[in-house]
Amino acid sequence: NPYAGLVSRLRAAWLSGKTRPVEYRVAQLEALGRFLDEKKQDILEATAMDMGKPSFEAYFTEILLCKNELNDTLNNLSCWMKDEHVDKNLVTQLDSVFIRKDPYGVVLIIAPWNYPIHLVLMPLIGAIAAGNCVIVKPSEIAKNTERLVAEMLTCYLDNDCFAVVTAGMLETTRLLENKFDYIFFTGAPSVGRIIMTAAAKHLTPVTLELGGKNPCYVSDTCDVQNVARRVAWGRFFNAGQTCIAPDYVLCSVEMQEKLMPALREAITEFFGSNPQESPDFGRIVGDKQFRRIRALLCSGRVAIGGQTDEKERYIAPTVLADVLPSDPAMQEEIFGPILPIVVVANVDEAIEFINARPRPLAIYAFSCDSKVVNQVLERTSSGGFCGNDTLMHVTLTSMPFGGIGNSGLGKYHGKFTFDTFTHHRGCLHRNMGLEALNALRYPPYSQQKLGLLTATFEIKRKGMCTLL
Amino acid sequence: MEKEMQQVVGRARAAFNSGRCRSLEFRMQQLKALERMVREKEKEILAAIKADLHKSGPNAYSHEILGLLGELALVMDQLPSWAAPQPVKRNLLTMRDEAYICPEPLGVVLIIGAWNYPFVLVMQPLIGAIAAGNAVVVKPSEISENTARLVADLLPQYLDRELYPVVTGGVPETTALLTQRFDHILYTGNSTVGKIVMAAAAKHLTPVTLELGGKSPCYIDKDCDLAIACRRITWGKYMNCGQTCIAPDYILCDASIQSKVVENIRATLQVSVEFLVLRDLCPRYSPALSFCALWQEFYGQDVKSSPDYERVVNKRHFKRILGLLEGQKIAHGGEADEASCYIAPTILTDVSPESKVMEEEIFGPILPIVTVKSVEEAIEFINRREKPLALYVFSNNKKLIKRVISETSSGGVTGNDVIMHFFLSTLPFGGVGNSGMGAYHGKHSFETFSHRRACLIKDLKMEGTNKLRYPPGSQKKVDW
Repeated sequence: NPYAGLVSRLRAAWLSGKTRPVEYRVAQLEALGRFLDEKKQDILEATAMDMGKPSFEAYFTEILLCKNELNDTLNNLSCWMKDEHVDKNLVTQLDSVFIRKDPYGVVLIIAPWNYPIHLVLMPLIGAIAAGNCVIVKPSEIAKNTERLVAEMLTCYLDNDCFAVVTAGMLETTRLLENKFDYIFFTGAPSVGRIIMTAAAKHLTPVTLELGGKNPCYVSDTCDVQNVARRVAWGRFFNAGQTCIAPDYVLCSVEMQEKLMPALREAITEFFGSNPQESPDFGRIVGDKQFRRIRALLCSGRVAIGGQTDEKERYIAPTVLADVLPSDPAMQEEIFGPILPIVVVANVDEAIEFINARPRPLAIYAFSCDSKVVNQVLERTSSGGFCGNDTLMHVTLTSMPFGGIGNSGLGKYHGKFTFDTFTHHRGCLHRNMGLEALNALRYPPYSQQKLGLLTATFEIKRKGMCTLL
Repeated sequence: MEKEMQQVVGRARAAFNSGRCRSLEFRMQQLKALERMVREKEKEILAAIKADLHKSGPNAYSHEILGLLGELALVMDQLPSWAAPQPVKRNLLTMRDEAYICPEPLGVVLIIGAWNYPFVLVMQPLIGAIAAGNAVVVKPSEISENTARLVADLLPQYLDRELYPVVTGGVPETTALLTQRFDHILYTGNSTVGKIVMAAAAKHLTPVTLELGGKSPCYIDKDCDLAIACRRITWGKYMNCGQTCIAPDYILCDASIQSKVVENIRATLQVSVEFLVLRDLCPRYSPALSFCALWQEFYGQDVKSSPDYERVVNKRHFKRILGLLEGQKIAHGGEADEASCYIAPTILTDVSPESKVMEEEIFGPILPIVTVKSVEEAIEFINRREKPLALYVFSNNKKLIKRVISETSSGGVTGNDVIMHFFLSTLPFGGVGNSGMGAYHGKHSFETFSHRRACLIKDLKMEGTNKLRYPPGSQKKVDW
């Protein structure tokens, strides 16, 4: 077990209690803030090298959103850490009843390559805030950011309590043989299963942020140009390599007709007439992924884009029309800049289509008629939902971000991250006195005693008279 | 067998997909039916529990029915507010939008019960799962066979048959059931099977709540009222013949008070004089304390014939528990009768941390005392072992209690008493580490069995503010 030494070193640090005082946690979090400020250029460069990430996007997702989470956490940390006093029952009126926020211990965060800094920092911030020691396993596919993350952890954070493991698939499997107190994984559902199975051996709780095909329903009554812009923005952000990107569009044949020129216009507006030359359009992260996505182009017919350049791993912002459910683009999460349009007759058929498939991370519905948006919301199930826009629901730290079913389990962002990495421990601190009141519960048992016990203990429906 | 399970679960899923269990009215109707069932069939329920665990009526009622009725009342009262969408704080970009968290059902939930509190351990999770709008497959423990049979008989009489089927059987049936896909599994039992349940759940990415167990330590400080502490400990340890997941498993205390601890526990089991004194000192409490005469002794001189003392559930556990006595100093009790699975309330002293009785969760009426020299040693002792489901500490010194709590980890804690944190539905009830994951009771059940879906509803107009985020990107946009 090559990582046993590392894990036991961190566990010893955990047992020393070093990570528990609020001052320590604040100091580590502030160090992460300094990393974001001081290494801003390096972050933009590394993500550009790894996947041609436009610096505007990189600034927004890798730096701005992380700073928001950091500040939200620092602003609220003392409040979140406090014992939470809860309502008491009659018998415990004079006692102290509260939920303690205990760290779990040594936690493991495994991050993917598509938002490589963001998807390390967002969970890491909550894990540190909650008082844990952390091992981070960044993605080996984004080599430059992997190096940057390793540097961040060793130069800015306390090496006793925070470590980074750079590893490929085989080494990660060995890493998972160790016992962790929590595992936070972002990645594909197939790997999620492997992670959870490994976690089961040690009864380690997990949060799995997975993926799927996020449907985007566009009704006939809508402002086509605005829809096209919002959908195109969500789809082509990071060259489509976003777990919550609108994966495919469901709409009527008439709407497909209307959408096409609108989408073409939006794409030109965003990236100019030759997106390959735009600094605002990304590239595919690796050759394997490039070939996989390119193979999806033979679905339906290419209505917009379709050009590729293997040397640059460039795939043009592409829209496919008349795609069939049996086409390659509809068999897997696309995770690339291709937007298939599948024609459905009406909203009912769209809902049926969505419900026949595994539950996705996000569902999008566009309509000027709020009733239609609500129909889709109420009759489907997904991690999150955004009406009349894409992606934006995850920028609100007050909302939980996570999947359901195949798209994941657990949730985070803001306080939800702190709660994810916290064991909520129910505590009752009783009085040693008033033993007489306890008398009712002791043997020998009798109907008389039971009557009195019931009267003191039971919760009655409001509106009914009570004995006391 | 897998085919049968497929059919049962398939029917439940089709029933869930029909949408009928989503409306609040439907859920309330089912919960009201459950309440009727518990009230109307009280006699039968108590009889089944008695047959399974030799538990007296009033005892079984207070353990397994009283709390349930309270939970039902709470849930029916609060459900409309729990199930309502919860608006959230918005940021500048979303100020004019609707943003809220929508609690939604997960789908088909599996509840696997345990035999020690066979009725409440399926019913309490069931209440939460129904309240959250799910279909539920209930699998009571086959070891408490009378209660299992009763649950299988009663639920279809009161609840929707397709949405809430009961599956009975042992290991083969449970294994077959676990091959099916569920949207949440709540399992109560031991860590070994907990791992099997989680591994099966992993194949379908099914979230799990595992209510497991472990050795719940009980630290008694020198500075505490031993009579009261020991009476409370005696109650919690020997109820249900020690077969309680949150029973104080073993005692940690200074060697100097060990014999006093034994004395006090022995006294509680048989005679307690203190409260006669208390009754005379506190005339205000006289009416309540008049019951003193009734609880002078917990079980009387002949424990075996007390109707209030239970039995070990079966021969296998009887033999296992008896085996733990080997080589131990028995300070009290030790008597056993295999024919009736009776083991007397037993206390062991000067127990070695390496002995068998300190290895596994006892789950029986044996209370080992391990001596430690200080609270530091006690904390170290506890931390060297797996995280327990419950932790108990008795002391007059509030600071000491706070210290033990903050320097250890456990599912839950009760200070200066045992068991009682279980009865507060505002506290999440669950384990950590080897003692489990997830929690339930009260609103925590509702949240366990719900998906909290983040919803943002924007306007299709107001495109102006969106322009900031669209390419082409520029430094000006970023700085704004």
